Amino acid sequence: MNQTITSSSLTTPVGRSLWYQAWRRLLRNKMAVAGGIVVIVITVLALAAPFICSYGYDETSPDQFRPPSLKHLMGTDIHGRDLLTRVLYGARLSLGIGLVATLVSLFIGVAYGAISGYAGDSTDNLMMRVVDIVYSLPYMFFVIVLVAVFGRSVLLLFIALGAVQWLTVARIVRGQVLSIKEKEFIQASRAIGAGHLRIIINHLLPNVMGPVVVYMTLTVPAVMLQEAFLSFLGLGVPPPSSSWGTLIADGASSINALRIYWWLLLFPGVAMALTLFSLNFLGDGLRDAIDPQLR
Amino acid sequence: MILRVTNLKKYFPVEQGVFSGAKGWVRAVDGISFAIGEGQTLGLVGESGCGKTTVGKSILRLIEPTEGDIVFDGVPVLSLQGERLRKLRRRMQIIFQDPISSLDPRMTIGATVGEPLRVHGIARGKELQEAVAGLLKKVGLPPESLNRYPHEFSGGQRQRIGIARALALQPKLLVCDEPVSALDVSIQAQIVNLLEEIQEEMNLSYLFISHDLRVVEHISDCVAVMYLGKIVEATGRDELYDNPLHPYTRALLSAVPEIGRPISQVRGKISGEVASAINPPSGCRFHPRCPHRMHICPLDEPPLGEVCPGHKAACWLYE
Repeated sequence: MNQTITSSSLTTPVGRSLWYQAWRRLLRNKMAVAGGIVVIVITVLALAAPFICSYGYDETSPDQFRPPSLKHLMGTDIHGRDLLTRVLYGARLSLGIGLVATLVSLFIGVAYGAISGYAGDSTDNLMMRVVDIVYSLPYMFFVIVLVAVFGRSVLLLFIALGAVQWLTVARIVRGQVLSIKEKEFIQASRAIGAGHLRIIINHLLPNVMGPVVVYMTLTVPAVMLQEAFLSFLGLGVPPPSSSWGTLIADGASSINALRIYWWLLLFPGVAMALTLFSLNFLGDGLRDAIDPQLR
Repeated sequence: MILRVTNLKKYFPVEQGVFSGAKGWVRAVDGISFAIGEGQTLGLVGESGCGKTTVGKSILRLIEPTEGDIVFDGVPVLSLQGERLRKLRRRMQIIFQDPISSLDPRMTIGATVGEPLRVHGIARGKELQEAVAGLLKKVGLPPESLNRYPHEFSGGQRQRIGIARALALQPKLLVCDEPVSALDVSIQAQIVNLLEEIQEEMNLSYLFISHDLRVVEHISDCVAVMYLGKIVEATGRDELYDNPLHPYTRALLSAVPEIGRPISQVRGKISGEVASAINPPSGCRFHPRCPHRMHICPLDEPPLGEVCPGHKAACWLYE
């Protein structure tokens, strides 16, 4: 920090925000950086899937159950579809569901938790009891009922997964808000005449975002895992779309005593595991970077 | 008089469990009255936990008082709501004790100091930038501080930032809630001098809350001494320091360390702890610790009466 002060006479100094410092700490964490790079690479590949794949994800061919070769790098499945293509398209869906469900839960959870914590007293009590009740519902059962009633669709998956994840976000945000709203800078804002909305948006939310960001990076893989689980049960993404969950399910079901089509299980499994590991390392790194004392 | 407080009370409920009601009350402030003249400083002194801060925050309505009357510049503060309360807050501001938690760690100094101006729509854009730079200059911070964050400043500098924020709306009354207690002694003097300069320049009135008798002596025109939610003595600054009447005040003054004074000369020593505000002692609240206790003290509460002109004390010794 001393360098910026001494050089301040020459250039207009720009202060180092807490976010910037967290970023610097994150860059020093090799595992987190590696995780971040892997996530970025997979994301870019997923986004570029239509341009880099020479096959369509639902394009069938007579070449059934071909092992990996130069023509099909990851082999083909029962309908002769190229597995590499399906894994890349699966990444789009799996990452997409993970991200969208997390964002949905983030918006609901942050708003709900912030209001509950800021309002306090009986409002807080009531709002948190609602969370407790929804929390106590067996959510897989809830999702299964939803799917059974409305049929399999990607949109429904978003809603079902997001509807469960926001509860934890709400609790985290509420707890943070409770501790921060007693700080004197909040009172200073009230003394200035700032309204409730302004205090929540300008002062409370920026200060609770640290743990929320961390929770988010750990929620994305959790949601992806749940999606995979639901797809494995046959309640997830409808065919012929592919997600990593459906691919793993297909791979597992095509293993039989006569012939082991190992590539059908290995490649989607590795892709999924690699992504989950990377996201978790990134999340851990973010946690350490944003709040070094939390370690 | 810019501010007149009459019979102010704040009781905090003591709650146990979710469903049961209040088990008792913490009488943080129990019926105190005082007034501050324009451009004057009233020092409010007392041990920690005696209710000083509650008084300060009640005046700004950061805490809703249980009872009492506060008149600021002819306006009854406690009856204001909504927009009128917001308007009032432009003319009354507060400086906090803790220079760390009183600034938003995620906001630049420019944003923090400029916030009052933005909230009230007083200035924006370039005008706002200039106003903020002017405020920073007034409190002795370099204009480059604008884009920095609170953690890049020392305690004294942060306190200056807090002062700049409080001055942004050009208030008439500033509640200083232990503004120097968290600072080094050398920095304390700088901040106190700054407050005095600003007072002269802007004709501000201060309610200066502190437990440090020497700082209060330096800055105050009048001093009120609080004990367990009550004012026990109030008078002009010189009178209080030259001629303290209440045994508690005497004990406080003799407790101020002085270089060269042997410890045996400390007069009016008191022992024991401050009693609980949930269940305060009967009669005079100070009687369990008082070296001059008389038979009437536990029985009846002494009124805050004028002992000699302009010097009030609540003690049976003078009734």
